[in-house]
Amino acid sequence: METITNFLEMGGYAVYVWPSYLITAVVLIGALVSSIRFLKRNAETLKALQEEDKGEA
Amino acid sequence: MLHRFANPARFMRLSGVLLPWMAGAAIILVAAGLYMGLFVAPADFQQGESVRIMYVHVPNAWMALFSYTAMAVASAVALIWKHPLADLAAKSSAPIGACFTFLALLTGSLWGKPMWGAFWVWDARLTSMLVLFFLYLGYLALYNAFDDPTRGARAAAILALVGFVNVPIIKFSVDWWNTLHQPASVIKMGGPSIDSTMLWPLLLMAIGFNFLYFWVLLLRMRGEIHANKIRMIRLRQVHG
Amino acid sequence: MKRKHKRLVFVIIALVLLGGAVGLVMSAFEENIVFFHSPTDVVEKKIKIGKRLRLGGLVEEGSVERKGTRVMFRVTDLVNSIPVVYIGILPDLFREGQGVVTEGLIKDGVLEADEVLAKHDENYMPPEVADALKKSGKWDEMSGAVKRPGPGSGSGAKEEAK
Repeated sequence: METITNFLEMGGYAVYVWPSYLITAVVLIGALVSSIRFLKRNAETLKALQEEDKGEA
Repeated sequence: MLHRFANPARFMRLSGVLLPWMAGAAIILVAAGLYMGLFVAPADFQQGESVRIMYVHVPNAWMALFSYTAMAVASAVALIWKHPLADLAAKSSAPIGACFTFLALLTGSLWGKPMWGAFWVWDARLTSMLVLFFLYLGYLALYNAFDDPTRGARAAAILALVGFVNVPIIKFSVDWWNTLHQPASVIKMGGPSIDSTMLWPLLLMAIGFNFLYFWVLLLRMRGEIHANKIRMIRLRQVHG
Repeated sequence: MKRKHKRLVFVIIALVLLGGAVGLVMSAFEENIVFFHSPTDVVEKKIKIGKRLRLGGLVEEGSVERKGTRVMFRVTDLVNSIPVVYIGILPDLFREGQGVVTEGLIKDGVLEADEVLAKHDENYMPPEVADALKKSGKWDEMSGAVKRPGPGSGSGAKEEAK
């Protein structure tokens, strides 16, 4: 238990160390998720348009 | 040679094969880097535990420069050889590069406060890094500022090339002028001045971030190729 | 010449010219790009009294005196040194022999600083390694830098002394 508290305290630098890791994780995962969504949305729109095209032809 | 890989259909096939490998490598390397950096690596002799900020700050900063260099090279290829995929690569590199730059500035600030005594100083390294962030934002704004996307692409590519002079300035700022930021520890003459117990987690995180960059880049490029096709079909529908 | 070759040559020439122009501008404004001046700069250039100045160097060994929150110390570049007084909280890395950047006004040869920043070098190692280096005499106590063989030798000390 004491070792966990010690670890989380980061030698008194917890307020600087943990936000650095947390914000990096949030921003990079956010960039990844938004890129996956961007690809998915475009792939779906394209598929719908191509089927519509075929239907007309 | 260039044109063999440059065909969008071929790119879709190749990137589809590469994507899961990029994702796997990024996740494994970053997980290993986090474990090594937080649990295995020792505290620093003068900075104590605060040195662990290095394992996110330095990879973010390296990737900020890497993404910009990739964006500038792709922009040059797009301008000179009029290559459509190069243009998409440059455009897709910008958002993730801007994220890395923002994170390098922010984590640097969180490291600077306890060690230097200030969140921010206007020294050559920090200022040139802030300029890099504005270059990314300017690139993205310029790309979307025109009704005709090819004109936006060309204007943004020229900005990316002009802004590239900032990259060597950032790298060598700590050698050319006296700064509050310390000189390079890893990529320097005479080998790294960082203990191997700290160098390993740093390299794992950096290579992991590199794979993350290519993961996001390929996702965005695929998305952009779809977007181009959507635009073409819609144009045909309007005119046809 | 094909059009793409023309464009290639044009881009290369433009980048070289741009790089040259930026280089010239930066060398012209060097005074404004440096973050701090060394004690030798201040002594030799006789910087005007009444102008704010950043002074950087090492905290001279044995020079730190504290009276409550008031701290007095000397900043040295191993050639010249200038006394500094400061009232306030010092950064964690402020130590004798450590790099420091102070900002304020010079009055009667003393820098009255309202800001003190710590500057550390590019060496990272666990405390045990640092102790071992000190014991084996491979440690330059004055500069806080590790002496290492090869072209990068004593770069910490050199950077500070510049």
